[in-house]
Amino acid sequence: MTVARRLIPCLDVKNGRVVKGVRFVGLRDAGDPVDCARAYDRAGADEITFLDITASHEARDILLDVVERTANEVFVPLTVGGGIRTREDVDAILRAGADKVSVNSSAVTHPALIEAVAGAYGRQALVVAIDARRRDPNDASAGWGVFTHGGRVDTGLDALSWAREVDARGAGEILLTSMDRDGTGLGYDLELVRAVVEAVGCPVIASGGVGTLEHLALGVLPLSEGGGGADAALAATIFHDGHFTLGQARDYLRSRGVVVRDDATPEDR
Amino acid sequence: MSDRAAIVVVDVGLGNLRSVERALRAALVADGRSPEMVRCTNDPGELREAAALVMPGQGAFGDCATALHRHGGALAKAVGEHLAADRPYLGICLGLQVLFESSEEAGGAHGLGVFEGSVRRFRDGMTDARGARLKVPHMGWNQVIPRDDAAAAWLGRSHWYYFVHSYYVVPSTSSSGCIAGETEHGDRFVSAVSRGRLWAVQFHPEKSQSAGIGLLRSFVRGVP
Repeated sequence: MTVARRLIPCLDVKNGRVVKGVRFVGLRDAGDPVDCARAYDRAGADEITFLDITASHEARDILLDVVERTANEVFVPLTVGGGIRTREDVDAILRAGADKVSVNSSAVTHPALIEAVAGAYGRQALVVAIDARRRDPNDASAGWGVFTHGGRVDTGLDALSWAREVDARGAGEILLTSMDRDGTGLGYDLELVRAVVEAVGCPVIASGGVGTLEHLALGVLPLSEGGGGADAALAATIFHDGHFTLGQARDYLRSRGVVVRDDATPEDR
Repeated sequence: MSDRAAIVVVDVGLGNLRSVERALRAALVADGRSPEMVRCTNDPGELREAAALVMPGQGAFGDCATALHRHGGALAKAVGEHLAADRPYLGICLGLQVLFESSEEAGGAHGLGVFEGSVRRFRDGMTDARGARLKVPHMGWNQVIPRDDAAAAWLGRSHWYYFVHSYYVVPSTSSSGCIAGETEHGDRFVSAVSRGRLWAVQFHPEKSQSAGIGLLRSFVRGVP
């Protein structure tokens, strides 16, 4: 056995509420991120990620409260990202109970933040999110550009060189989102995933585009078996909409030969 | 002292103690006991009074060893006395590594030396059976294989736990009797040790969902 590929449901949080619809069963209030996180924790998520899409300062305090209440009840690693600009933001989120922070725009504008956070908390506490878009939609050899601010700002950076740089600066993981595929249900941009996996030493989380269980498997299957070779598969809609449970996803991955955690504890203690 | 905590989480200033405290409280509640039995502190007096010690810690071996040996080694001494009396101890991550003598990570730093052996870093460039590159830190869910039935009683049989680390303990031949469980990352490494009522693990039970809470329940059951 070896370290398992991870399944990570992602919740978009705005002003303290989940904004992408979450419709799985057994949840009275699908808008409460604490309820959602608890349900995913019990359903066997390997980690849980909150992406805060809030702008205002007051909402930041609401988020900290949500993180704290979630950390009280969720016993898998919790990652929080979105709008984290300074070392103080990082400190506050980790102090509230998150295990990892995810930074995106601020890593581009202040790359030294990566070293500062990794130095203070260890690499494992820092995820660098990269939103990548194909320069030519039909030709991966033209490469991928890096975008920030929710995809609005073209940084002019090349995704592969940026991935190598954040790895060298101390990123614990790269959360790699294909902007071309995000929300389409067409599957991960496997050429992008493979290129980044081969470029860096740190773990890579594939994100953007999952519509089927097959897509999840392709993200994490080894390169030698036609997969992307990612260490973890992040998805939102496929789990939120209740069409597939985490248990079904895990069973499917196992059937494809992917090593996944068995969340059942067989013995009664 | 009527308000003394039965279970003290030792605060050496490294890592998020609160997640360990929360998980212990959840384990106590699940076992029908009071969550108020747990407290985080770095007061050597409270450590000496405690029925059980939990030593978590993420970060560097050297920082952990330095913190224990600071101020004339009051914390190291309190932990040492606790272990000598065979009171319940649970080491997590650095709380396991610091039981050994030394670490590659910190040349001159001395651990508690409860067990003979050292702490080593995973080699770079390891691959798994299918040729995929193995990464350092070893991060994510992996299985712990207990050495025998006694170890399985608290570790479970091949349960999955959450790991985050680049270093692992290597007991010397004379102390290999402490090995309770092993895990595979490239080679097999020692992921759990025990001796009497001392248990120590490389993984994070506080982040290992039901398997982790189950282990903590087993631990708190041994606390009077």
